[in-house]
Amino acid sequence: MKTLLQNREVLLAVLIVVLALMVGLVTHDFLLPSNLLAVYNDTSILIILALGQMLVILTRCIDLSVAANLALTGMVVAMLNSAYPEVAVPLLVLAGALLGLILGMINGVLVWKLGIPAIVVTLGTMSIYRGIVFLLSDGAWVNAHEMSGAFVSIPRTELLGIPVLAWVSVIVIAVMVHFTRQRRLGREIYAAGNNPTAAFYTGIQVGRLQFVAFSISGLLAGLCGYLWVSRYAVAYVDVAAGFELQVIAACVIGGVSIMGGIGTVQGCVLGALFLGVINNALPVIGVSPFWQMAISGAVIVIAVIANAKSERKTGRIILKKAALQSH
Amino acid sequence: MEKIMHKPLLPRVSLSYRLLSWEFFLLLITAAVFVINSLASPYFLDPWNLSDASFNFVEKAIVALPVAMLIISREIDLSIASIIALASVAMGFVAQTGAGSPLIMLAGLGVGLLCGLINGLLVTRFQIPSIVVTIGTMSLFRGISYILLGDTVMKDYPQDFAYFGQGYVYAMFSFEFVLFLVLALVFYGLLHKTNFGRRTYAIGNNPTAAFYSGINVARHRLILFVLVGLVCGLAAVLLTSRLGSTRPTIALGWELSIITMVVLGGVNIMGGSGTIAGVFIAVFLMGLVTFGLGLINVPGIVMSIIIGGMLIGVIATPVLLKKFRNRKPAP
Repeated sequence: MKTLLQNREVLLAVLIVVLALMVGLVTHDFLLPSNLLAVYNDTSILIILALGQMLVILTRCIDLSVAANLALTGMVVAMLNSAYPEVAVPLLVLAGALLGLILGMINGVLVWKLGIPAIVVTLGTMSIYRGIVFLLSDGAWVNAHEMSGAFVSIPRTELLGIPVLAWVSVIVIAVMVHFTRQRRLGREIYAAGNNPTAAFYTGIQVGRLQFVAFSISGLLAGLCGYLWVSRYAVAYVDVAAGFELQVIAACVIGGVSIMGGIGTVQGCVLGALFLGVINNALPVIGVSPFWQMAISGAVIVIAVIANAKSERKTGRIILKKAALQSH
Repeated sequence: MEKIMHKPLLPRVSLSYRLLSWEFFLLLITAAVFVINSLASPYFLDPWNLSDASFNFVEKAIVALPVAMLIISREIDLSIASIIALASVAMGFVAQTGAGSPLIMLAGLGVGLLCGLINGLLVTRFQIPSIVVTIGTMSLFRGISYILLGDTVMKDYPQDFAYFGQGYVYAMFSFEFVLFLVLALVFYGLLHKTNFGRRTYAIGNNPTAAFYSGINVARHRLILFVLVGLVCGLAAVLLTSRLGSTRPTIALGWELSIITMVVLGGVNIMGGSGTIAGVFIAVFLMGLVTFGLGLINVPGIVMSIIIGGMLIGVIATPVLLKKFRNRKPAP
């Protein structure tokens, strides 16, 4: 039992259940299966983005541009749909994902080929992508009535009683579990982040893996662009503004180490769910939504303090930098 | 030690290389922007216009100075804008009690200092990377401002409080601008002329080596975080005084433009190098670019594209040049 509780994923899961039960005490409806499903559905986009972000953080980088990427792809997809309503929606989703992939690859190339720190690159592309949304839309909104019926309804369509949006996140989780645990590329990402020097000497190209991680993060952000815009049935410049912080928070709460190399899909999903439960619980128990930001901030701080103890490293490889520069 | 550490920014190289220094490069771009601006708009070269324009970046510029030192020491603070907001809210509450300007100012500075102390303690005591800590406190501080104010506004500031953000010291030289110049000198001295500054570089270059050479790395970084917090409090005083009101959204997104200024100024985001002179020029570069674009009616969000592009472009150019220069024929 003790070792089980020391496992952070188990601990986090217990915390989420306790939290949900506490909210359930106040309003019994919260624990209804239909409501819990709604909470999960509401958290789906956060889960997908957090999983992409996790890969980036695993390689010791950070992607601050995910929300801007989402806004840009969402706007492009929405504008395409309102201009050419006859084009099939799956084609649009594909276009969005591809555009997201390209935006992610831009980040990746700058980090990989030019060696610019990821935080600088994505700080820059974050403003650029967000600005392009404005240039494209001229500040105008794409509203629900300008979107085709299928465009808006697909994520809400229920399969086996579960909305497509939730299904998408389940599929992404499954793929990511397989990718991070079974695929060579996934394992290499861990190796590259855990000890870039050692990874380099084993023949792993750290920069290339950072590129891969950014590309996947971008691809998922592009997918979420469609999901977000169709779910809320509106596209505008400030879509998901500041959401990148929630995404990073979900990773950090889920035990992904910002120093790279440590983190699991299940932890990340639980981290996102934790934030999702809080976000959904606050209005239910009558706490002003103004509390939401402070609470997630406090949660991040507490989570990183909890992480800090397990992560503390004793040694330091002096020639790390030299080895990295030599490739 | 002092001798060896002298000029840590540039390797011992020829004059021609030094002319290619970052600061010189920035100065050229800034001069170019200045000329282009004055050609593009007849209103640009008006001293009062330039003075008015300075209000839009001076508060950020003041915060950029300690943030540059913090980044040189391999840390970062993303919560700066949130500290400004929380300090401003504190000032609002103090003003509501009918207190005078000195007390209001003290509240802003005090809250800023306290926030910096919290960041610093979290980073140094728990050895957590500052980027995560300050992403957390960024939400926390801003969140507390939201809890305290909700969607209301505070504007019970006394008449004379307006001087800090709206007053002029001499002719078109505003209080804010003169204060920035003074602080730039102070930080120049602190970073380039004192042991404290030298230690900042030593820590940023190699924290482990700095530790083994007897520098109290944790305390040094703690001091820097507190310094950043304190200056954020000061920026809050200026901004609140200029706007005459406090909303929880005050200074929203400033952390990005401040860090852009610092990085543009040639401070290495990985720590260890950078100068106050570079940051000083970068501040004017960004100020002039935004002002010039504003004069030709470019909307703010398009400016953010240009600034984002500038950030990446300016960092990428030397890397590309170096790659090009180092391209040796295959053996």
